[in-house]
Amino acid sequence: MIRRPVDTGDPDRLYTVTGGRTRAYEQAFDLVTLIVRESGPTPGMQSELVRILQLSERPVAVVELASLLDLPVGVVKILLCDLLDMGRITARHPQSSGRGRQLPPPETLKKVLVALQNL
Amino acid sequence: MPSRTSEPGDPAAPASAAAPPAAAAAAAAAPLRSERPLRDTARDGLKIVVVGGFGVGKTTLVGSVSEIRPLSTEEMMTRAGIGIDDREGVLTKTTTTVAFDFGRITLDDERVLYLFGAPGQERFWFLWDRLFAGTLGAVVLVDTRRLADSWYAIDRLEHHGLPFVVARNNFDEPTHSLEQVRAALSLDPDVPLLDCDARKRESSRDVLVALVRHLHSLSHALEPTP
Ligand SMILES: Nc1nc2c(ncn2[C@@H]2O[C@H](COP(=O)(O)OP(=O)(O)O)[C@@H](O)[C@H]2O)c(=O)[nH]1
Ligand SMILES: [Mg+2]
Repeated sequence: MIRRPVDTGDPDRLYTVTGGRTRAYEQAFDLVTLIVRESGPTPGMQSELVRILQLSERPVAVVELASLLDLPVGVVKILLCDLLDMGRITARHPQSSGRGRQLPPPETLKKVLVALQNL
Repeated sequence: MPSRTSEPGDPAAPASAAAPPAAAAAAAAAPLRSERPLRDTARDGLKIVVVGGFGVGKTTLVGSVSEIRPLSTEEMMTRAGIGIDDREGVLTKTTTTVAFDFGRITLDDERVLYLFGAPGQERFWFLWDRLFAGTLGAVVLVDTRRLADSWYAIDRLEHHGLPFVVARNNFDEPTHSLEQVRAALSLDPDVPLLDCDARKRESSRDVLVALVRHLHSLSHALEPTP
């Protein structure tokens, strides 16, 4: 799919960035899923994908990417799906949360507690 | 002091479409990397949400304990996406944008805790399931001059079964005891209630410690006894 560069802030722009897709792709990522790039950008790549690959040299959360790119979270998730499909990134999903209403085991919470107390 | 009464009904869908999503800066203007990157070994993101009425100190609390300057971002909801009808493949122009801010605390080599300052008003709660699923627990910030602002948030948290603590952010010398606040909020005796000064790092940390200690005891209670 060929996408035009992004240059305006209206909804049409976001439509262009994502190729008009929504929802279904989003479930793959949590706000705090950590993204790490597997390889750098290549020439001709969509500018937003280039930015994501630049920002994910070290692990970076989905929500931080959205903020740094100044794009809505849902749009970033769709772009991340593209990069995941291309094998350019790996996603480190939350281990201690994201399981509905269940709490993490006491040992994990104890570690969180101690870390906060030592702040 | 007024009291919290019965649980209100489910939030109505947002009244009308908001303005188009906030204009984003050109991609080229965005910074090249995070102000303070995570450790290479980071692999487990955890979430805590701070809720409360407008101006109660959510952003201040997040900022005082965060290792990064609080950042903000937004989520777009298409009206069709709210509730039942999820129209696949169509990004309608009728969108509602909800902004929230966040900070983070690196806990150890693997774990990083994200704190979200989320609007607690009735019209934003449709977001909750999608945006904050998997959250460990919540901090409800209250300003006793405007206690009613937090009733709705507390009702929703109880409804969702999400564990929470209540922190009174004191702008002035408090005029009520915490027991009076507890009664006015109809808080369950098990729900921790404490004072804080959201501007102070230690005080904000203590609020998080109170929440995680509460979570810890809840998770102990859930563990099967050997
Ligand atoms: N005096 C005083 N001011 C505070 C305190 N906490 C926050 N503020 C101020 O109250 C205003 C609203 O706080 P903010 O964190 O933006 O509220 P939010 O809307 O809940 O995110 C800001 O000007 C803060 O500096 C506090 O504990 N004491
Ligand atoms: Mg705020």
